[in-house]
Amino acid sequence: MNATVVTPGLPELEPPRSFYTHRSGLLGWLLTRDHKRIAILYTITITLFFFMGGVAAAMMRINLVEPQGALLSAETYNKTFTFHGVVMVWFFLIPSIPATLGNFLLPLMIGARDLAFPRLNLASWYLFVIGGCFTIACLLLGGVDTGWTFYTPFSTMFSNSNVILVAVGVFVTGFSTILTGLNFIVTTHKLRMPGMTWFKLPLFVWGMYAVSLVMVLATPVLAMTLSLIGLERIAHVGIFDPALGGDPLLFQHLFWFYSHPAVYIMILPAMGVASEIIPCFARRGIFGYRFMVYALIGIAVVGFLVWGHHMFVAGMSATATLVFSILSFIIAVPSAIKVFNWTATLRRGRISFEAPMLYALGFVGLFMIGGMSGLMLAAPALDIPLHATYFVIAHFHYVMVGGTVMAYLGGIHYWWPKITGRLYSEAWARFAAILMFFGFNFTFFPQYVLGYLGMPRRYHAYPPEFQTLNILSSTGASILAISYLIPVIYLGWSLFRGARAPDNPWGARGLEWQTTSPPPKQNFLARPVVQKAYAYDEPAPGTQA
Amino acid sequence: MNGSAAIVREQGRRARGQVAEQYDDAGQQHATAQFGMWVFLATEVLFFGVLFAGYAVCRVRNPEAFLLGSRHTEILFGAVEAAILLLSSATVTFAVNLITFDARRVVVVLLAITALLGVAFLALHGVEYSHEYDEHLMVGVDFVQHGPHARGIELFFFLYYAMTLYHSLHVLVGVGVIATVATLVWRRKIRSEYTTPLVLAGLYWHLVDIVWVFLFPLMYLIGR
Repeated sequence: MNATVVTPGLPELEPPRSFYTHRSGLLGWLLTRDHKRIAILYTITITLFFFMGGVAAAMMRINLVEPQGALLSAETYNKTFTFHGVVMVWFFLIPSIPATLGNFLLPLMIGARDLAFPRLNLASWYLFVIGGCFTIACLLLGGVDTGWTFYTPFSTMFSNSNVILVAVGVFVTGFSTILTGLNFIVTTHKLRMPGMTWFKLPLFVWGMYAVSLVMVLATPVLAMTLSLIGLERIAHVGIFDPALGGDPLLFQHLFWFYSHPAVYIMILPAMGVASEIIPCFARRGIFGYRFMVYALIGIAVVGFLVWGHHMFVAGMSATATLVFSILSFIIAVPSAIKVFNWTATLRRGRISFEAPMLYALGFVGLFMIGGMSGLMLAAPALDIPLHATYFVIAHFHYVMVGGTVMAYLGGIHYWWPKITGRLYSEAWARFAAILMFFGFNFTFFPQYVLGYLGMPRRYHAYPPEFQTLNILSSTGASILAISYLIPVIYLGWSLFRGARAPDNPWGARGLEWQTTSPPPKQNFLARPVVQKAYAYDEPAPGTQA
Repeated sequence: MNGSAAIVREQGRRARGQVAEQYDDAGQQHATAQFGMWVFLATEVLFFGVLFAGYAVCRVRNPEAFLLGSRHTEILFGAVEAAILLLSSATVTFAVNLITFDARRVVVVLLAITALLGVAFLALHGVEYSHEYDEHLMVGVDFVQHGPHARGIELFFFLYYAMTLYHSLHVLVGVGVIATVATLVWRRKIRSEYTTPLVLAGLYWHLVDIVWVFLFPLMYLIGR
């Protein structure tokens, strides 16, 4: 690998070829092993899935404008929210940041030429696409009415919908998640460049590492549990069937043993993204770097021990309820450390409000509200009346949509110049970020109130006294939908007409900013210089002092 | 200088031709692949862990039925199958160690024995399944039992089939992997400078073996 020598006064002999021009043609993309191209394949795929899940959400919000249901029958409504849940959880949120930004950036940030297993990486994308298309076909053609949680005994004995096929689709997709996690763990351990020690890693890499641990250890549990549901439906016998001496509660334990850590699969990468953006636009190193690392790992570990808080009303023992409640309060501590440290990073910073920063600050605010309402739900005395109401819906949408989607879009804007080599319209981007924050709160804050007043989730109709708040929520949802469409337009514009981006438009630290925009196939033309993480108090390498 | 590091570096120099572009040398490539396999085995443990957890819960809820159910299994078959898998793990271990001396023919023979032992395991289990079918124990197809614990026995056999079928599936994959690796050794693609696929296949085969070490007592021994 030779460094391109630039002699002042002489033109460069050969302009650096980016990974886009390395091998052209459709097969050059479909058979690529380049982590950057695979990241882009993932981005296109999950964007499509996001808008499909979004259409289902829009149908639900339109339906809920009228108390008796304006659009959908009860059965169609059940299938619609199942579609929304399955698609958004498994085909958008879980792969969102890791498979796109993580895939693109992890090797760049540690100074590697690719992930440890590039072919496996491509295989993950194929598994994802096959599982995704199969599942969506089944959901559209026949539909499933169990909700994304597949609770037994409804899913095994009573539901007359395509449970087996959808379970197979999610099962296949689960392996794509496992393989991505495996690739990230091994890459972080074995492919860091000389000098890139563990405590010089950017927090985004730590976030990817923590999330990969959860992916690798939790997803197999979901895969096996879903396969047991399939077997039970085929054989009419199974371990979840109470008539045989089996235990339907066992399903909930196994399901949430995966699905609660899955919540952290969604939020840990978002925390990583915010930890990159906030120091950059505050021009300060992150406050309490080591505590941020320990908090990420702490969340990943304790996240495995809190699943029972989904089951306070399911008939667990009082002891189990108490223990899971306490553990759920404990996991709020590392989460709070992170919020405090992001805030402390801003103190005495030279803050500027470019679009990525607006998204990141929006993430912190919305995540905090979502997290605080999570604490309320961790207390059994409050959870029992609020269980299965819109309060829960509002809580997890604040964390997953307000948190993860805001951070994902923040990351897309922050690294857009690096990934595409183009700049986007800053004014439109800021406008979209603010509109999204506004539209999001407009949609979901009324749902906290609705839940507190007792409106249950998963019904196509509701008592008339809830109508005003539901109309508010649906109006907000239309604003939110517009704010998600605007970036598609100006980012699409930027792709073809945007100005050329410099290598480091934000003056950021981190190895990914030391290469060209977009990076060459082998990631670096010259060996990058490793600094401590977030060295905003030092000059960037390569700049003339 | 650290001796083992020097050996790894030497190995790297000799096998440079086979190093993928993301690695600096063959030593790094080997260590990375091996680490990847360990992470994969961790996911396999969690995968089977669900079945073991399900078994534990169901057994606590139906203690007598599980004792009765396990008496329907054929302990002789189970014991011979356990012996076969333990023996095959020994042969694969010898193969992994002998490849460093480039004992190509011996390694191929050892791997062939390993794969054949895997096939023998599957064949024996097939015989076992057919006996169970004759005794009307095939859950979901033909299951007839009487008495107060009939449904609990059905649950035991549901778990028996789920666990042994998932395990046999892993044996089947393992046989394919071992056979592939054996041909690679025969064609000198795997030799002392480049042992990675053989080492990985060995690790995987040990997982297959160790799952049976836990399945055997749970399914065959508890009622006796």
